[in-house]
Amino acid sequence: MNTSDFLSPVELQRLQQRKRYGKLFELFALMAVLIGIVVLLTLLIDVFLDGLPWLRPELFTQFPSRFPEKAGLRSALQGTLWLAVITAVLSFPIGVAAAIYLEEYAQDNWFTRFIEINISNLAGVPSIIYGLLGLGLFVYGLNLGRSLLAGALTMTLLILPTVIVASREAIRAVPRSIRLAAFGVGATPWQTVRDHVLPYAMSGILTGTILAMSRAIGETAPLITIGALTYIRFDLRGPLDIFTVLPIQIFNWISLPQKEFQQLAAAGIIVLLGVLLLLNTTAIILRIRLQKRW
Amino acid sequence: MRKLFRLVSLLFVIAIVASACAPAATPAPSEPTVIEITRIVQGTPQVITATPAPTSAADVEGTILIDGSSTVAPVTAAIAEEFQAEYPNVRVPVGISGTGGGFKKFCNGETDISNASRPIKESETELCEQNGIEYIELPVAFDGLAVMVNPKNDFVECLTVEELKKIWEPEAEGKITKWSQVRAGFPDRPLTLYGAGTDSGTYDYFTQAIVGKEGASRGDFLPSEDDNVLVQGIAGDENALGFFGLAYYEENKDKLKLVAIDNGNGCVLPTLETVSNGTYQPLSRPIFIYVNRARVDQKDEISAFVAFYLKNASKIVKEVGYIPLTPELYELAQKRYDNRITGSIFEGRGSTVGVSLADLLAKEQQ
Repeated sequence: MNTSDFLSPVELQRLQQRKRYGKLFELFALMAVLIGIVVLLTLLIDVFLDGLPWLRPELFTQFPSRFPEKAGLRSALQGTLWLAVITAVLSFPIGVAAAIYLEEYAQDNWFTRFIEINISNLAGVPSIIYGLLGLGLFVYGLNLGRSLLAGALTMTLLILPTVIVASREAIRAVPRSIRLAAFGVGATPWQTVRDHVLPYAMSGILTGTILAMSRAIGETAPLITIGALTYIRFDLRGPLDIFTVLPIQIFNWISLPQKEFQQLAAAGIIVLLGVLLLLNTTAIILRIRLQKRW
Repeated sequence: MRKLFRLVSLLFVIAIVASACAPAATPAPSEPTVIEITRIVQGTPQVITATPAPTSAADVEGTILIDGSSTVAPVTAAIAEEFQAEYPNVRVPVGISGTGGGFKKFCNGETDISNASRPIKESETELCEQNGIEYIELPVAFDGLAVMVNPKNDFVECLTVEELKKIWEPEAEGKITKWSQVRAGFPDRPLTLYGAGTDSGTYDYFTQAIVGKEGASRGDFLPSEDDNVLVQGIAGDENALGFFGLAYYEENKDKLKLVAIDNGNGCVLPTLETVSNGTYQPLSRPIFIYVNRARVDQKDEISAFVAFYLKNASKIVKEVGYIPLTPELYELAQKRYDNRITGSIFEGRGSTVGVSLADLLAKEQQ
């Protein structure tokens, strides 16, 4: 027995009509997915065709040079990795502490709401504005010069709103019953946060932080503003040294007239993608390993 | 709590592993401040002789901070590359913030040497004076601006400056839209224009040289700050006419056709020879470095760098697609430096068209 046995012809027609619309929507959704994938694939294939032959050991061990065959990313790679480490060390504790305060301690009054609105708005401010802020505040104000530390502090400001918002979401997801149970056996708020809320929220916090770090690593505009668009042929000596980063080196190579440098830039993009992929993989592994169910 | 510590230490381990993956990310723990440069010249004390020759290149230490024009940066960076090979203990970072941005930092005392694709302007000189900064202006190479059409264009071989002016002046906007309007006899085909972006020194110089007023041109052309975009545009458009730096033509000879320029003395194509001897006019310009006068006495590495620059420029300038000055001009520039002659030979006029560096420099030496 099938549907046509108990449906009138008109009803059957309507049913088929509805099913057609359903199929049409499915097709539309599939197209939406394909557009993203096709664009990404085109980009990746284009970059890999250009850059793969240049992806060789010299790319990592050599400084930039006017001869493409001798040119490498050494100074830019150092700059990017150090920038990532310092930014992570600075933004993680500040961001998490701010999130804990807002979620666990702050009273729900106009002041807290004012701060919350500000943080959400800051997350949407264009990155170049942070660059200008960094130039005024860190480069000139604190007299750090065009140093790695000034760059890392600027990047910290840039990603802090994202870190705070992500951490708050993670902390909020911890059920209230766990806190109440802790209070019930006499734990102080600090003990509750330290031993119960944070461990449960940590995987979410780390995921958010590392995704924010990916953004910091790909950013170019704020660093150009504070003066990292620089040709450097020496190793980084410390946080107060001048520096450059991967996206800036890529930008620099693309603007040169020689074709080989454009291929080198493609190889640089592959390296940058590799670094980003590494970070995102770390985020996923951390999330899986630290996942703790209540 | 132990869990938390484990998490945090895990994060640190990842960070350390990540940084260890860099083949050379081994920063020396000491020497924390490089912005405040500690200059150590072993042996001889402050020598302010003509060309301070330290006993050995390895004895010279320090950092020479350079910033400025993106046009000049490839030349200075190439010199810095060779210089650092010979003087391993001198660090020469070359920043790119544009001629104007470079002068701002230079006149603020932030840099030792400023790259410039045009002479310093009156307003910039004033800023330098306010901060008590004197400079030595040294020409280091020529940059030729090339006018180009699509290789399939078979009717344009040469254009006069008047014809270029007719095409590019502000009044031409919306009116001169066909090749036939440029010169009688050209086909009745649309004319599409490509040019350097309006923020570039290249645009400033082109408008000054062709239209007669810096920054004055029609607005209906396709501008790009990235010369590679212009190359693509002209290569793909049979009706195109465009201009940009000669170095970009050299790398794309197969895709573009160079147009000779007639400045009243016949058609001249930009070549090594015609740009260097000044017959390719008015679209060739000298490019400069500006050296902070006071720092010269404080840092011996600057004199070593300048001498190295002027001595090796002839060869290296060509390698990066620019046109070297004549050997006599490099000698005159070195003399100017040795005599510590400050100020601009252009007296603050900014982009100056059709100058003979030889005349200006020679006059000064007398």
